[in-house]
Amino acid sequence: MNTRIAAIASNTFREAVRDRVLYNLIAFALLIVGAALLVGQVSIGIERIVLVNLGLTAISLFGMVIAIFIGIGLVSKEIEKRTLYTVLSRPVRRWEFILGKFFGLAGTLAVNTFFMAVGFFAALLYLAHTFQWSDTSLLVALYFIMLEFVILTALALFFSSFSSPLLSAVFAFALFVIGSFAEDLRGFAAIAHGPVRAVATLAAFIVPNFSSLNVIASVAHGDAVAPALVFYNTVYAVLYSAAALAGAVLIFDRRNLK
Amino acid sequence: MVTPAIEISNLQKTYSIGFWRKNPRVALRPLSLQVLEGEIFGYLGPNGAGKTTTLKLLMGLVFPSAGSARILGMDVSDPRVKAQIGFLPEQPYFYDYLTARELLEYYAQLSGVPGGDRSRSVQAVLDRVGLPDVAGVQLRKFSKGMLQRVGIAQAIVHNPRVVFLDEPMSGLDPMGRREVRDLIESLKQEGKTVFFSTHILSDAEALCDRVAILNQGELRGIGAVAELTSSVHGKVELIWAGTGIPAGLKSIGAECRVSGETGRAIVGEEAVDAAIDAIRAAHFRLISMTPVRATLEDYFVQHLGTNTEVTR
Repeated sequence: MNTRIAAIASNTFREAVRDRVLYNLIAFALLIVGAALLVGQVSIGIERIVLVNLGLTAISLFGMVIAIFIGIGLVSKEIEKRTLYTVLSRPVRRWEFILGKFFGLAGTLAVNTFFMAVGFFAALLYLAHTFQWSDTSLLVALYFIMLEFVILTALALFFSSFSSPLLSAVFAFALFVIGSFAEDLRGFAAIAHGPVRAVATLAAFIVPNFSSLNVIASVAHGDAVAPALVFYNTVYAVLYSAAALAGAVLIFDRRNLK
Repeated sequence: MVTPAIEISNLQKTYSIGFWRKNPRVALRPLSLQVLEGEIFGYLGPNGAGKTTTLKLLMGLVFPSAGSARILGMDVSDPRVKAQIGFLPEQPYFYDYLTARELLEYYAQLSGVPGGDRSRSVQAVLDRVGLPDVAGVQLRKFSKGMLQRVGIAQAIVHNPRVVFLDEPMSGLDPMGRREVRDLIESLKQEGKTVFFSTHILSDAEALCDRVAILNQGELRGIGAVAELTSSVHGKVELIWAGTGIPAGLKSIGAECRVSGETGRAIVGEEAVDAAIDAIRAAHFRLISMTPVRATLEDYFVQHLGTNTEVTR
């Protein structure tokens, strides 16, 4: 990573920290501690399943909210406040600015996810008193959640490069919801006919496939995740994010900063 | 031959506005000018004249509809040129969660100042703009005047050869304006080229080697302040000993005033003979006759009309 991208990424991370974004960890900590105490009382025999489902879903939702609501302002806020003028009047190329912002927010989410994961495993240990070998699949689920955040950050940046924060939030959230049902959309495309089939197939391939990244239910039941899925999901997330970032750069590179 | 620091050739900008973007709005008509190295160049015009558009075109923030611009011999789209220039936008806003030192270190890093020199450059520029004591304070606690100083500091932290300042005195109190003026003069003494836009004419008169005057996106005049003001039709001030106003002065449209034992009249150059005759006819003694120096404001009024928003 060149020094300009690193500087912008580091500044983006610092902004998130100083704007108290990581305060969401307190809400998460309260939630996970409350859940661990409550689940032990009410879920006889399935405490672990309930806690894993609840904990991983909470990590995913907390991160999703941060990725979307910070991501949509990464470019538009800099234009609105005109801080971008003093950055782009230096030897900083526009693609470097986009990549710096992307890595900054992805880094923030990685740190946030790490601390939430620590809290989650602590709650699990409190409830189960020990770790099992199958718990390694929880790490895979967390890795997939992080891949989700990477895709969402790239998408939010893409929308932020040409749209208002409100519309960007609507687009990104809509894609998150639709993407969570991407497998169903593909199933529908397979049984549809004529133009509907063509449109559904196209849509199924355009929207991010978050459903294949969601293995929370299976790891909660102790199922292992196939190594091939880890490989394909990684390649998919990298390619999808790269495409969204390339789109953001293409648009932003031609944009007049009035 | 002296190399121009800034060379603008037929640069123009038209925005498409409206929902379907079919209505053109001309922000800058074809503009050509040169600024020589080491000059302080004032870019004057009323609000909305196209000054900021020109600066944004030079900074690569907006793209020209036609024409080209070169800074230090390189096209403005060449990333290498950006390491040699500094820019202060109009009414700047900075990352207010950073301290002054952090902000300047960030900008120094983006400008390619080597890590080893960065702290020294930042400290030197903080001293220069008079902010060493508040270097560790977050910018959200800064006053407007302090922010403007930070703005100038970020524009020069990497020791650029050409500095662009968009309305650098805007919103400052008289002391702040004086400090900025001194700073611009010191930049010139270091051999830097300063291109600054303003609608405050007295600042331009006090500082600039040359000025360009823009109105409604069009260049209306360029040259040294003295050259421009000499084109303004002059006036002459006459002072006489006496307690009354000679009758003949009023008929030639002179602005007259009497205070104590002396009278004073301002007349156009073409009416000086008639005014002297009128004073003599009234048996008053002529004490002095002095040409009134035309100002940029006079130039503005004569060339751009009186309905433009400029500040003396």
